[in-house]
Amino acid sequence: MNKMINLMIDGIDVKVSQDTSIIEAASSVGIKIPSLCYHQDLLPSAGCGICVVEIEGQPLPKRACCTPVYEGMKVKTNSIELRSLRKMLLEMILADHYVDCPTCISNNKCDLQDLAYIMGVKTEENAPLQTRKPIDESSVSIIRDPNKCINCGRCVTVCNDIQTVYALTTVHRGFESEINTPFSKGMAESTCINCGQCVVFCPTAALTEKTHTEQVWNELLNPAKHLVIQAAPAVRATLGEEFGMEEGSLSVGKMYAAFRKLGFNAVFDTNFTADLTIMEEGTEFVNRFTSGGTLPLITSCSPGWIKFMETFYPDLADNVSTCKSPQQMFGALVKTYYAENKNVNPKDIVSVSIMPCTAKKFEANRPEMQDSGYKDVDYVLTTREIARMIKEAGIDFAKLEDEKADDLMGIYTGAATIFGATGGVMEAALRSAYYLITKENLPSPEIKAVRGMEGIKEAIVDVKGTKVKIAVAHSLGKARELMDRIRQQIQETGKSDYHFIEVMACPGGCVGGGGQPFQSNLAARARRGEALYKEDSELELRLSHENPAVVEVYEKFLKAPGSEIAHKLLHTNYFKRDIMSGDIIEEATHKH
Amino acid sequence: MYQEILKKYEPTKDNLIYILHDIQDNDPQHYVSESAVQSVSEYLRIPVNHIYGVLTFYTMYSTTPRGKNVIRLCESPPCYLRGSDNILAKLKNTLGIKTGETTSDGLFTLELCACLGLCGNAPVMMINDDFYGDLTDDKIDQIIHNIREAK
Ligand code: SF4
Ligand code: SF4
Ligand code: SF4
Ligand code: FES
Repeated sequence: MNKMINLMIDGIDVKVSQDTSIIEAASSVGIKIPSLCYHQDLLPSAGCGICVVEIEGQPLPKRACCTPVYEGMKVKTNSIELRSLRKMLLEMILADHYVDCPTCISNNKCDLQDLAYIMGVKTEENAPLQTRKPIDESSVSIIRDPNKCINCGRCVTVCNDIQTVYALTTVHRGFESEINTPFSKGMAESTCINCGQCVVFCPTAALTEKTHTEQVWNELLNPAKHLVIQAAPAVRATLGEEFGMEEGSLSVGKMYAAFRKLGFNAVFDTNFTADLTIMEEGTEFVNRFTSGGTLPLITSCSPGWIKFMETFYPDLADNVSTCKSPQQMFGALVKTYYAENKNVNPKDIVSVSIMPCTAKKFEANRPEMQDSGYKDVDYVLTTREIARMIKEAGIDFAKLEDEKADDLMGIYTGAATIFGATGGVMEAALRSAYYLITKENLPSPEIKAVRGMEGIKEAIVDVKGTKVKIAVAHSLGKARELMDRIRQQIQETGKSDYHFIEVMACPGGCVGGGGQPFQSNLAARARRGEALYKEDSELELRLSHENPAVVEVYEKFLKAPGSEIAHKLLHTNYFKRDIMSGDIIEEATHKH
Repeated sequence: MYQEILKKYEPTKDNLIYILHDIQDNDPQHYVSESAVQSVSEYLRIPVNHIYGVLTFYTMYSTTPRGKNVIRLCESPPCYLRGSDNILAKLKNTLGIKTGETTSDGLFTLELCACLGLCGNAPVMMINDDFYGDLTDDKIDQIIHNIREAK
């Protein structure tokens, strides 16, 4: 049992466990101490000083985010001195900030702007100290604008401690200190795997996605083009937030309606190819499992994870499923299967995907992703970007009437929906792998052991007497832990005792992706995940192998899972990357 | 090529700054290159970005090639009060470069640094491992001249 501590904050009695910080203790009784660098899910960097409070008996104010409580502590969160100290600190931060709120991507979603507004600190009064620094636009996924950075250190903590990618660091010191990549070479020439976690945690617009809304608008407004849109499973659980709906609201029907109003000719979900992924990957697993192939099989739908694996674990590339991600499977089918069936020339098709993810932009631009004969996915927009487009079009999202997806690629199962949450791909795959092995369905489709926010989840699944050992990791720090364990097992005994592994690069899975609404905390991610599990439980179809549209695409076009044409369009290969630059060194696997 | 230096040290993280010093001192261009950082990273199992952070935190390290003679003029208040800004102007003028730059013949790099602990002889500078105190314009002419001749 953790020892409980009694203290008083602004005259209110508070009881919290020891090791709680003052800021957390205050928040437990509904007092929000002003703060800027602090984020509830990260260790405090204690850089900004905005959270200062007075503690009885102590001569100087203390930072509430990094000061632990003690028995009998008396805290005052507001006073003339504290207010003027906070204002002074904020003025200094603003004096070194390039303020252009009206045109800023973070406008109305920015901690700095909020704080300046709440505290009544104006910007004109401060002579700007800053010389403009160059913006890093080298990456296909992420833009870094140092002129908007307040040196809070959140991105560095996320990239190093949670993701263990080590792409960002604090360089130089004092007034010159800034966030940068090693040798200041730019994000594209670093180990950055484009996950965008730094973007969602950044309190300002210093880190944002590279936006492609202009290009998509131009295609939408070009009558010669035929626009096909797919939206990932996790988008339905977050898009509503951008329009003031509660966290965890599902907005599937409204989403379809909004896409049609924007002018898309065909409206689908990536869920269809999530089901297809399960057929391909499930078959791959069953083949490897029953014929002594390379195990464990590791999932491949998270492009941040794939680049991470290529950089840090290329020796495990043969363990990774050869399946493309659902986004890329969808893209490859749009310009072949869909084009043929709808009688549209694939060269007139613009395939757009709406993703919870910034790494999907990188994935769509990988040179090998052109198996349809064209670029399989032309543009990737994040949840935030499509929300901006919907707003620009003047669509009142919350009031839209529900609509349905188009036919051919518009049916999905509950197994596909849960792809958006950590553990979801594993659960979906097991539902169908069980069927593929036993020709029977699981007694209950729900595999609760792989759900929830625990970093690494393990279970042993009984497939009619055969034990299958599985593990699920989310966040790359946890993936690293698991891969190190597998590597060690292989070194020591020649093989690993795991059979099937799911990895998602982002904490919480795609519901917590780098393209999701800014500043999503872990609790919010869990609620979004719940929404997906709820949709699954309410759907009639919950098993990928029972999706009639999937059955149809095999009958009419792909023949069978793992067939030659399925391999050509739906599978891929991996590379070994340089640990300094992330550049490709050589092939790690061959294309099948 | 850095193995010779690395193997002198135990692969423990607290040896990082000593190793970086050793590498820089043994480099003809007085800097720590990217490939050196990569070797150190592998040897000590410290991520490259952390090493880069350390290299930029301390002014004594450079991540870009420097001249044969690295001049480091103290910019702390005691030296400033005794005219280090004039000495800086004199150095820039004599060498024809700005702070942080290297002469085109690769002979000199001009840098500023924090207190060298010789305030009694302010203004002070170091050239590589040698100290020069009580600097005047004439002394600068002489020092630079001597080094140019010596090459
Ligand atoms: S980052 Fe925030 S304060 Fe800065 S310009 Fe953007 S909205 Fe305004
Ligand atoms: S996108 Fe991910 S890997 Fe890249 S810098 Fe941000 S947190 Fe690090
Ligand atoms: S880029 Fe954003 S998260 Fe990183 S230090 Fe700057 S303001 Fe903070
Ligand atoms: S919020 Fe506590 S120091 Fe920034």
